[in-house]
Amino acid sequence: MPKKRTNEKIVYWILRGISYFFVLIVAYILFDIFIKGIGVISWDFLTQAPKKGGTAGGILPAIVGTLYLVLMTIIISLPLGMSSAVYLTEYATQGWLTRLIRLAISTLAGVPSIVFGLFGLSLFVIFFGFGASILAGSFTLALLVLPIIIVASEEALRSVPPYMREASLALGATKWQTIYKNVLPYSLGGMMTGSILGIGRAAGETAPILLTAAAFFLPRLPDSIFDQVMALPYHLYILATQHPEVDKVRPLQYGTTLVLMALVIGLNLAAIILRMRIRKKYQW
Amino acid sequence: MATKISVKNLKFFYGEKLALADIDMEIPANMVTALIGPSGCGKSTYLRTFNRMNDLIANTRLDGKVLIDGHDIYSNGVDVVGLRKKVGMVFQKSNPFPKSIFENVAYGPRIHGIKNRHQLQEIVEKSLTKSALWDEVKDRLDENALSLSGGQQQRLCIARTLAIEPEIVLMDEPASALDPISTSKIEELIHELRDNYTIIIVTHNMQQAARVSDFTAFFYEGQLVEFSATEVIFYKPAKKKTEDYVTGRFG
Amino acid sequence: MLNFRGCKEKGVKTVFLITASMSILVVAMIFLFLGKEGLSIFKEVPLSSVWVDKWYPVSFRKPQFGIIPLLAGSLLVTAIAIIFAVPLAVGTAIYIAEIAKPMEREFLKPFIEVLAGIPSVVNGFLGMVILSPLVKKVFSLSTGLNALTGGLMLGIMAVPTIISISEDAIRNVPQSYKQASLALGASFLQTTFKVTVPAALSGIIASVMLGIGRVIGETMTVMMVTGNAAIIPHSAFDSVRTMTATIAAEMGEVPFGSTHYHALFLVGFILLSITFLINYIAQKVLHKYRLGE
Repeated sequence: MPKKRTNEKIVYWILRGISYFFVLIVAYILFDIFIKGIGVISWDFLTQAPKKGGTAGGILPAIVGTLYLVLMTIIISLPLGMSSAVYLTEYATQGWLTRLIRLAISTLAGVPSIVFGLFGLSLFVIFFGFGASILAGSFTLALLVLPIIIVASEEALRSVPPYMREASLALGATKWQTIYKNVLPYSLGGMMTGSILGIGRAAGETAPILLTAAAFFLPRLPDSIFDQVMALPYHLYILATQHPEVDKVRPLQYGTTLVLMALVIGLNLAAIILRMRIRKKYQW
Repeated sequence: MATKISVKNLKFFYGEKLALADIDMEIPANMVTALIGPSGCGKSTYLRTFNRMNDLIANTRLDGKVLIDGHDIYSNGVDVVGLRKKVGMVFQKSNPFPKSIFENVAYGPRIHGIKNRHQLQEIVEKSLTKSALWDEVKDRLDENALSLSGGQQQRLCIARTLAIEPEIVLMDEPASALDPISTSKIEELIHELRDNYTIIIVTHNMQQAARVSDFTAFFYEGQLVEFSATEVIFYKPAKKKTEDYVTGRFG
Repeated sequence: MLNFRGCKEKGVKTVFLITASMSILVVAMIFLFLGKEGLSIFKEVPLSSVWVDKWYPVSFRKPQFGIIPLLAGSLLVTAIAIIFAVPLAVGTAIYIAEIAKPMEREFLKPFIEVLAGIPSVVNGFLGMVILSPLVKKVFSLSTGLNALTGGLMLGIMAVPTIISISEDAIRNVPQSYKQASLALGASFLQTTFKVTVPAALSGIIASVMLGIGRVIGETMTVMMVTGNAAIIPHSAFDSVRTMTATIAAEMGEVPFGSTHYHALFLVGFILLSITFLINYIAQKVLHKYRLGE
């Protein structure tokens, strides 16, 4: 009997050890990036263009490029994703069409990011003639985050209790009036926060913009959405692998990583804080 | 005594399951009609046929006719939205919108096209007065409706329904989640509303049916067992089954 | 009035239906474009020529487009990733779902979420500067950029997917099963491993499949840490090049419409088909088990 207890204890500790192993990894990663990156961060680093082929200067064009891409991705994907979710939660009946839409969404969620890149290249860059540009990159990223936005928005819509809809319909409101006045106002916040979490992913993606938007070295800011841009993740990739003096620019690599992580985690934090405030506002 | 709603050969199906079987009923105007019976007997489903709320449930089917003022509400081309404006509904669980008290009552009139603020204020005051809530809330119309007590919330829902000026008010166990004092307020309210509205109320509580209604219909397993004046149902029921139920032998 | 309102309602519904159907259109177009561009390579070279073990796309004498080394590379890193990730991720899922107290769970989950949110290029970078020197030193290799490093990095990236879906599956096992087992005198751990985990098995399997789907499609990390040699690997310490890395590395330089261009699209099409199948089966498994609840 005591032996059995010891065995149980050992298994407990193994499982606990594994779980905290991941905590340790994440903590180490964040710590490493912060410690080695913070020394590089300065006003100049954030506000200047790269110089001498990236060995000196800052990363402003990459920051601006990523912000443009994220902004355009939001503009394209948010309306499309949210209205898809409205259809699926409010209108869709069970049937082959709904099943097909759901299959398409789950397929889209599993498509590898480089395949999105290839598709973006052949459709947006070549077929539509956008060229490698903010526009082509944003469309590609928008398709990548679309399933995330749809799923998050559906969840937000479903959190509005069914009796809200019934009460409105019973007052003689039409379906659209009910959705517009009595479902969307309460779920919009939830849809936005869920979507921001998805868009945080877009900010860090490299493969889809590799072939559709990203410029290797372009030390000026874009003039229009038809311009190519530098982007933080791609810039990091270039600095880390394609640079003739990889070790010399290591601090710059860490600085770029820190800025990228700050952007991604910042977006996530913003979403989480927003979500907490909304939860307080509507408690059913 | 005028008939407001006339039900003929009504059958209702959930999928293949028959939930209401061959109901025939003449519901009188400006009276309170109570629907009683054990859970699952179909009384709520029946209530929701009058404003076609069952349309929202997938895979259901209805046979027969429901005539309101002589018009079949299930014939082709009926404006369901217009029907629901004429037939208001108060739900079992009070369900105010998470908006201000004012906006809750103004919701219906607004969607029916009234924009004038002054006119809306009038409707809100009138409706809240009719639902006996005005004195309690007149100084805090801008507060969130969810800050009201359960009983107040339910009276707000009644005011919200009255604001669309329905002719018929359906009530689905409106007091089942309330304390005794709030319940008696709702019952008083039903008494007062009877002069101007045709009220149909589903209730679990037989004393309540006896207190508030003029007519009572007893349902059992999807069948209308007996429909008569309330005193008859409670004191001289024609059917054994009705007597067993109202005397508490089952249910 | 009635007709106008009816039309408006119909119109609104149609607009929403069209936006929802965009997903179908996009998926169809992805298959169409990749299929068309990829399969048109067979107008230029015979089918047999892509099933060889040499990928020399830029050669003046005789370019070769054998996809076997790329498939082998992808399979090897995926296998390493899954062997490494599954025990750790499922163990963590069991711990979070069954053992950890609510407070501890709230503490652990954000770390897993952060892990899921790290961009793959950052993982690649960290693999280069942290893991690869470590692998090099531990195994006394000439380079740390090989299949093992790639597999380990991918394993870490698959972990959050496996944990979150497995945890769900484990938590959804009805309490009554566990109570029945406990009432028979089984210990908590016996119950967990003999009742709870088997009952959640289909969900766990689905989570692993989705993890595989994620790993096999991962691009930047593998491109940065596997060394990128397009040869059939003989051990985990060999340098490999995956399908994804090949596309990402070479697509930027190929002339539009060349045989090489079509070959890369063919690789993309194969990759798309593999991930589609894996995800489709995983969804079926998940769906079935959710219905069985």
